[in-house]
Amino acid sequence: MSRIEFMQGNTASAEGALAAGCRFFGCYPITPSTEIAEHMARKLPKAGGTFIPMEDEIGSIASVIGAAWTGARAMTATSGPGFSLMMENLGYAVMTETPLVVVNIQRGGPSTGQPTRAAQGDMMQCRFGSHGDMATIAITPNSVQEMFDLTAKAFNLADRYRVPTFVMSDEIIGHMRERIVIPDSVETVSRPPLAEGELPFAAGDDGIPGFAPFGTGRHVHVTGLTHDERGYPDTTDAEAHDALVRRLYRKVESARREMADYEVTNPDAESVFVTYGPPSRTVQQLLHDRQDEGVGHLRLRVVWPFPEFALQEFADAKVFLMPELNMGQMAREVERHVDQPVIPIPKLGGELHTPAELASVLEAHR
Amino acid sequence: MAEHVAGCELFESGHRACGGCGPALAARLLLNATGENAIVVASTGCMEVFSTPYPETAWKVPWIHSLFENAAAVASGIEASLKRQGRSEKVLCVCGDGATFDIGVLCISGAFERGHDITYICYDNEAYMNTGIQRSGATPYDASTTTSPAGACSTGNQRPKKDMPAILAAHGAPYVATASISYPQDFMKKVEKALNTPGPCYIQVHAPCCTGWGFEAGETLNIGKLAIETGMWVNFEMENGEVTKVKKVKRKPVEEYLSRQKRFRHLFKPQRRDAEIAKIQAIADRNAEKYGIDIKKKE
Repeated sequence: MSRIEFMQGNTASAEGALAAGCRFFGCYPITPSTEIAEHMARKLPKAGGTFIPMEDEIGSIASVIGAAWTGARAMTATSGPGFSLMMENLGYAVMTETPLVVVNIQRGGPSTGQPTRAAQGDMMQCRFGSHGDMATIAITPNSVQEMFDLTAKAFNLADRYRVPTFVMSDEIIGHMRERIVIPDSVETVSRPPLAEGELPFAAGDDGIPGFAPFGTGRHVHVTGLTHDERGYPDTTDAEAHDALVRRLYRKVESARREMADYEVTNPDAESVFVTYGPPSRTVQQLLHDRQDEGVGHLRLRVVWPFPEFALQEFADAKVFLMPELNMGQMAREVERHVDQPVIPIPKLGGELHTPAELASVLEAHR
Repeated sequence: MAEHVAGCELFESGHRACGGCGPALAARLLLNATGENAIVVASTGCMEVFSTPYPETAWKVPWIHSLFENAAAVASGIEASLKRQGRSEKVLCVCGDGATFDIGVLCISGAFERGHDITYICYDNEAYMNTGIQRSGATPYDASTTTSPAGACSTGNQRPKKDMPAILAAHGAPYVATASISYPQDFMKKVEKALNTPGPCYIQVHAPCCTGWGFEAGETLNIGKLAIETGMWVNFEMENGEVTKVKKVKRKPVEEYLSRQKRFRHLFKPQRRDAEIAKIQAIADRNAEKYGIDIKKKE
């Protein structure tokens, strides 16, 4: 029997992770994500998992990488400053194809900024924050229910594509309390194992090698250096580097249709809001208040890899309006893919846009 | 002692600390000892947050927030540049135990190894209080925090407190000391000594946190005293790696300290855990033996 609870978003994220079989949490407390760590501290030992308070966020993400290579589903949770400290390790996780989940409860930046206020300022950082070319997966819940559902889903995506997967939430959703239905079980996609006789970093058409964690009988060599299909460093061969980086990039980017997750409202609309995370709640209110006007809404739940084909669903669109809790980060991505004007509606400081604010922008661009 | 006018302190009243805050008293005593010719580098932490929002800024000396992990490195840059300019300001780091014992160790080790003329003050309230009471490397054995919760699977924090003074003494620091806000004159004297000692100096001041440890706000100084009197905290000075001075006491059983704090409540309720209390007594006994704090009765 599923059960109904009234729960905080951060707690729901931790519950989603537990339901998905997360059995390792590397902890470093940071506002406004700390409740996730605190919930895991109480629940994970009882579930037979490991909870480790680490000395900093470099340690917490590195411990998650280590745990993932023992075969455990592993995660950490953080916010802006901690996310910045994790960047070198996240690039390493991309290069070594380590499946892991990071929940980022975004707060106002740069720097320590606004610890207790919401923002969406890390959307580019989770995609481009570490050096070098790389592709990652980012998903964006807009409710307490989705904190549960999408955190659980993040583990499946991380395992399926062998790539760090980010739950890019924020202080509003993280600290909000709502009704939530907790299912008996969640769908779990198991990791494709490394087939007998295959090299540990050799991939088929999908670009994803089978995973052989430590102790599974394979002598896997794991390195952040450019490596060949055996996993051994090959740092001066242009072709080896080209092949590896293109594969790491393509295995995520070329799968964007199969992992696409979005909602389309009023596809015939001329004015279309594109949202992810909490600004979608304001747009939902606006659409509710103006049901006769047929305003369009594209809400993204998977933001990276970016599903540019979702924009094509609005064939009559004349303008895309993008309320974001940043200076217009994803609006730049949308601009890349459409000929119509894209209007960023930045909101900084921690508050959501009001329906009236969005209505006035909507009117101004009719 | 640097001169100051009563009621007009360099660490001003009116900040946002809890009533009975140990670290707030530590900051006040600290600036009484440094005087105005000081620059404070503060890492992220409870003190940063409660003492700085405008218009309640408590600091009447130049003050810079580094980040969480790097106060000692920012201080290194300040000190090295001041020296080149021939200036005399004293550079202090004022950081909590989270910033000192855990995330900041790398930068502290670098600064002490390079030998910058800085005084590093760690206000030790034995957990991350700013984010709501999570364990740090300074949290004592068996203390319950939100990331070392006592319950069916655990009796609280399972590791002993890290010996940070020994780590810094091992860097060749000329002066390392521990102090307690419950002994204010002693703390201020140690700060002055550190400031007047060339090279990197470290003072770890025990600063009980009524909110995080769970005791009444009026009890802060008593709790600090009990830590000393039970051997759970030892006040000492180390010069060039040798212990040169120790506060001696007529020791009380650790239970007198533990039983007055909610963070150790699970050792007494719902039933007494004598075996755990004995382990903590053994920690105090080892402290007593190591530093020779027991006042010997005349035979």
